[in-house]
Parts: sequence; structure tokens; C-alpha cells
Amino acid sequence: MHIVVVGLSHHTAPVEVRERLAFAPTAMEKPLHQMLALPAVAEALIVSTCNRVELYAATKEPETAIVNLRRFLASYHGAELEEVAPHLYDHLGEVAIRHLFRVASSLDSMIIGEPQILGQIKTAYGYAVEFKTAGLILNRFLHKAFSVAKRVRTETGIASSAVSVSFAAVELARKIFDRLDDKGVMIIGAGEMCELAARHFVSNGVTKVLVTNRTFERAEKLAAEFNGRAVPFERFTDHLAEVDIIMTSTGAPTFILDHKQMEEVLRRRKNRPMFLIDIAVPRDVDPKVNDLDNVYLYDVDDLQGVVQANLKERQKEAHRAEGIIGEEISQFHLWLSNLEVKPTIVALRRRFEETAAQEMAKTFGNHRDLSDAQRKGIEAMTNAIVNKLLHRPVALLKRTQNETSGEDYVDAVRALFDLPAPAADETPIEPLDDQNEKP
Amino acid sequence: MIVDVLLFKATLLAYFVATLLYLAGVISRRENLGRFAKWVLATGFAVHCATLAARWLATGQTPVASLYEALSFFAWALVGTYLLFDLRYRIAVLGAFVCPLALVLMIGGTAAPKKVAAANPVLDSWWFPVHVSLAFLGYAVFAVAAMAGVMYLLQERRVKNKQFSGLFYRLPSLDTLDSINYRCLTFGFPLMTMGIISGAIWANTAWGGYWRWDPKETGALVVWFLYAALLHGRLTVGWRGRRAAIFAIIGFICLLTTFLGVNLFLGGQHTFSSFTGQ
Repeated sequence: MHIVVVGLSHHTAPVEVRERLAFAPTAMEKPLHQMLALPAVAEALIVSTCNRVELYAATKEPETAIVNLRRFLASYHGAELEEVAPHLYDHLGEVAIRHLFRVASSLDSMIIGEPQILGQIKTAYGYAVEFKTAGLILNRFLHKAFSVAKRVRTETGIASSAVSVSFAAVELARKIFDRLDDKGVMIIGAGEMCELAARHFVSNGVTKVLVTNRTFERAEKLAAEFNGRAVPFERFTDHLAEVDIIMTSTGAPTFILDHKQMEEVLRRRKNRPMFLIDIAVPRDVDPKVNDLDNVYLYDVDDLQGVVQANLKERQKEAHRAEGIIGEEISQFHLWLSNLEVKPTIVALRRRFEETAAQEMAKTFGNHRDLSDAQRKGIEAMTNAIVNKLLHRPVALLKRTQNETSGEDYVDAVRALFDLPAPAADETPIEPLDDQNEKP
Repeated sequence: MIVDVLLFKATLLAYFVATLLYLAGVISRRENLGRFAKWVLATGFAVHCATLAARWLATGQTPVASLYEALSFFAWALVGTYLLFDLRYRIAVLGAFVCPLALVLMIGGTAAPKKVAAANPVLDSWWFPVHVSLAFLGYAVFAVAAMAGVMYLLQERRVKNKQFSGLFYRLPSLDTLDSINYRCLTFGFPLMTMGIISGAIWANTAWGGYWRWDPKETGALVVWFLYAALLHGRLTVGWRGRRAAIFAIIGFICLLTTFLGVNLFLGGQHTFSSFTGQ
């Protein structure tokens, strides 16, 4: 059995093509069943998100399956294959396995490490289970992908740093303050960006929110959203000492906070640290404020710098994630090939032993005068012949099970000795280390 | 005699391995390495306890009577303090700073002669273990404060100058580091105070005078005033952060200078050679 994937993603296709070939998440039964009905497709799974559309299949004839899947992907959406073909990619075997592992671990995402993709794949797998298009192989494949993604997430820092400006502000605050739930935030100027950052702060535990704005009504409106308090713009400096984090985004042409004011605020706060985020352009806070001890002033460019640094950090972590995926692939590949090789070896041995047993029974029937010792001798000799003859082919099958030629040997042995194809479900599953919860 | 030296070497090895693991954990950012390092360190600490006990049994006196014993005891107190702190703060990175210091103390111990100090009637007082235990526990707590101070300065620089790389991601928040500074001060200062008082009482029973202005006593007093100033500043005028970190580092350097300098360069009743009556 092989695993194949045909699809397109933000790497290969613009959004116009992606949306044309996307599957509606509410109606997956029809496409899944149609896909399963395709020649050479034994198991089917469709992953469709705004950034990618991918068809995964288990198949005995990978080349045929890929051709059929490409055609299906275009025709199902009423598109010409020639038209979309340049945007499609297909992988089989180990490359296809690596592909899903990378996608599930968010290494292939537009923003590396973003967490949604794993949930989307779990949903997609949920449909395949619900509509019974996933069998032994895809079940194991997907569970393995989930456990790989989990390993990547816990063992690397791929998702540990913020990659949006507003979230970077929260992350920075965490590098200054130990905890946020006893901290206060003041928003000066009710801009969209401030609002977003404030939302992040509130969802990270900040409970005290003060809002000030030139038009007091807007301040009140925004304050109500966060269960906060509006303060008049003329007197906002009186309240600065109450809060630990200040975000400003007014349209003021000059600085609204200077060095001297902040010095005074700090004195009133007994030097408890303050984090100032100046999102306004032109800036609201005199950059000299950053020279004060225990004050950390960041402007838009600084925050952008954090995001850039975090992205770089994620790239580095992604490198380590690739290593983890490499380890897991060989493990899964071994299981997949064992699926074929083990039953073949068992069947081959059974064929030899049954033949030997039949022939011995015949011989013993014809020669009733044989003594027990002679019978034992003949039995031993027959078994030795069987074992000696089996030794080399079995060793070869085992040795080549991780190579592409392994499949050929399995097919040849099956054909030469007319072995029955094993029902996949009867193959004992060796436990892998995936204790992933079912989606 | 052989037993405690062997145990000492085992301890040294454990601290060495723990140091490597802590550093590797910080560099590769693998948390499980840090956890593993802690277990190695804790094992080393247990062996260290046995080392001190063996030495105590073998020599029949509190094992702080020679430079070798004192350095070993210092390292023991430091590791113990760190492990206690770890229960509360769980910062493996702190281990990467404290553990190498303990290792350096231990290596210093190997360089010092291991022969047992001759019995000295002055040491034959139960004020001796009380005095040195309090003093060394104080040292250890201040050592942790100094290491947290170094970490604070490193991290503060990064947050202030917006340098986001390597250590920025690995070091804990400024608040956490500052609270370690404060916590250490509130433990270390009473320990040191009691250490000085118990020493004075002991001196009175041994020599008939509470204070003799020997170099170590003078040094300790200077350091005590330094930490008193920091504690006072923290509690009243809101000294914290960078200033507190720098204070903790300077304080510890003075402490080390007093501890080592007196023994190596100056004289007085606190040198180990004076114990042996040379």
C-alpha cells in the first residue's frame, strides 16, 4: 500500500485558484464518496482550508491514483485540468508522508507555527471517519501526523513567540512583568490598533483598563467594551501612576508625554516598571523617556522588530522540527511496509509447511513399515529443507522492506507461490507511540 | 578520610554534569534537559550531604575548618539554596548561572589541601557550627541574588535596547528576576545578621571580646551595611530593578573578596591557618 497526495496550497496557487477548488466544509460526504469510488483509490481524505486543498489516498497503484485524483480535483469543481495543472502538486510514498507531517506541524503554513491547521486536519479526518472513507492506513497515518504535530509543538519553540504586532506587545509585557492579572492598562486615543492590543491584554488576564480620548464618548464606549473606566483627556496624566502599561495612538502632532512627566509618574509609583507602547505616527511619547530606569518604551517600528525576530526564531525552530519529522517518517514507513511484508512472509512459510506436511503424510501412508525413529528422521529432514529454502527469500523480504524494490519482491513472491492477498484488517497492528486523542 | 574524598569527587562530577546539562539546555532551549539537570544536581547534592557527614565523622569537628572544607560547604549551601528556590520559581536558566558558580567553588576546593586541620580548642564550641552555618547560608543566598542580578542586567539591556535574540527568549521576565533579588535579600540579610551576632557571642566566649576589628570582621560589616542600604532602599524609596541588581552583584563581589581575600592575603583570626595555630 502507498500513500499519495494531490493538492494545491498558498505556495503554488493564488487565492482565485484555491477558492475555485475548495470543498465546502459542510458538504464533505459527496466528494469523499466520489473520491473513494475512483479506480485505484482504497481510502480517501480531503483537507480543504483557505490556504490549501489536498486529497490524500491510500492506494495499491500510486501512479494511476495520482492521475485519477488530479482529474477528479479539477472535474469535481467544473474546471479544466490543463488550466489548474500548473498549480497542482502530487507526492507519493515517503514524500507524501513527510508532506502531511509538515502540514500538520504547521511547517508548511503561511505563518510557520500557526495553530489552526492542526484543528482543520482533525476536522477533515473526522469527516473521513464519519463517512467511512478512511481505513486502516489513513487512520494510522492521521493519528501519527497528530502525534508528530504534538511532538513538534512541545519539543520546539515553533509556536512560542508572537508574530503579530498586537500580540508582540503582550509578549513583551510578559518579559517585563511576571504576571498580567494584577496589572493595569491605559489606552490613550481609541484607535483600532490599540483596541486590538487591549483585547489581547484582557484575554491574557489584565483586568484594569482605563481609556482616554479627546472625544469623551468614544472613550466611554471603548471602556465599556473592556469593563474599564473612561478618564477625561485633559486629566489623563493624573491616572498614569495607576497603570503599568500605556498604549497611545492619538493624532496629536507633538509629544503628549515627555521625559519630565514620566519621571514624576515613576516617582509616584516608587519605580515600579512601566511599559509604554506608542503606536502613533507621529509619535506621542518623547523617545527620551526610554532612557529612564524601569521604563520601556516601544514604538511601531520596535514592535515590528520583535515580530521579525520572532519569525526568525520560528524559522530556526522549524529546522529542528524537520529533524523530528524525519525520525517519525522512518518509523511510520516501517509500519506501512511491514503491513505488506509480514503477512507475505507468514503466508509463504505456511505454503511451504503445508506442502511439506501433505507430502510427508502421503509418504508415511505409503510406507507403514517405517519405525518411529525413521519417521522422526524424515520429519526433521523435511523441516530442515523447508527452513533452508525459506531462509534466503525471507531474509531478502525483510532486508528490502524499507526500499522501493521491496514492493516488487513482495509482489513477485505472491505471484510465484500463488499466495492469497491478506485482508488488511486482519494484520495485527503493532503499537506505535501515538496516544493522540481522537478528534 | 578516603571515603569523604571519594564522595567529594563524586559530588564534583555530578555538579560538572549538571552544569553541562544546564548550559546545553539553555543553548538548545530544551526544557527536558533542564529538568534532567535538576535531578542530576539534586543527586549531587545528596552525595554532597553524605560527603560533609563523612568528613564530620572522620575529623570529629564541623567540616568548615580548612579552606577546602569551607569551599565545599559554601558550594553545598549554594546548591541547597538554589534547589529550594527552584521549588518556588522553577527557572532552569537560573541553574545555568548558579550551577557553574558551585562548580567553580568545588574546583577551588580540590585545589586546596585536604589535610584535616589540627584540633583547636577554640573550634570546640557549639557556637562554631552555628556561626559558620548561618554565615555560609547567607553567602549562598546572596550568591543566588547576584546571579539573578546578572540575569536581570542581561535581560534588562535586551528589553531596553530592543535586541531580540538568543538570551531574550530564554531569560525570565524582569519582574521575576527582581522578585528573586528581593526574596534573597529578605532571607540573606537576617541570616548574615545572625551570623555576625553568633560570631560575636562565640568570640566573647573564646577570646573574651565581642569585636576585635580583624579584617574579616571589618569586611563583613562593610558588606552588611551594603545589604542594609539596599534593603532600606527597596523598602522605602523604591529601589529596584537595575539598581538593586547592581547592588546585589557588588555586594557579592565584596563578600567573596572578604571571604577569600582575608584567607589568602590578609591575616586575622578568621584565616584557616590561624585555626591550626601556625
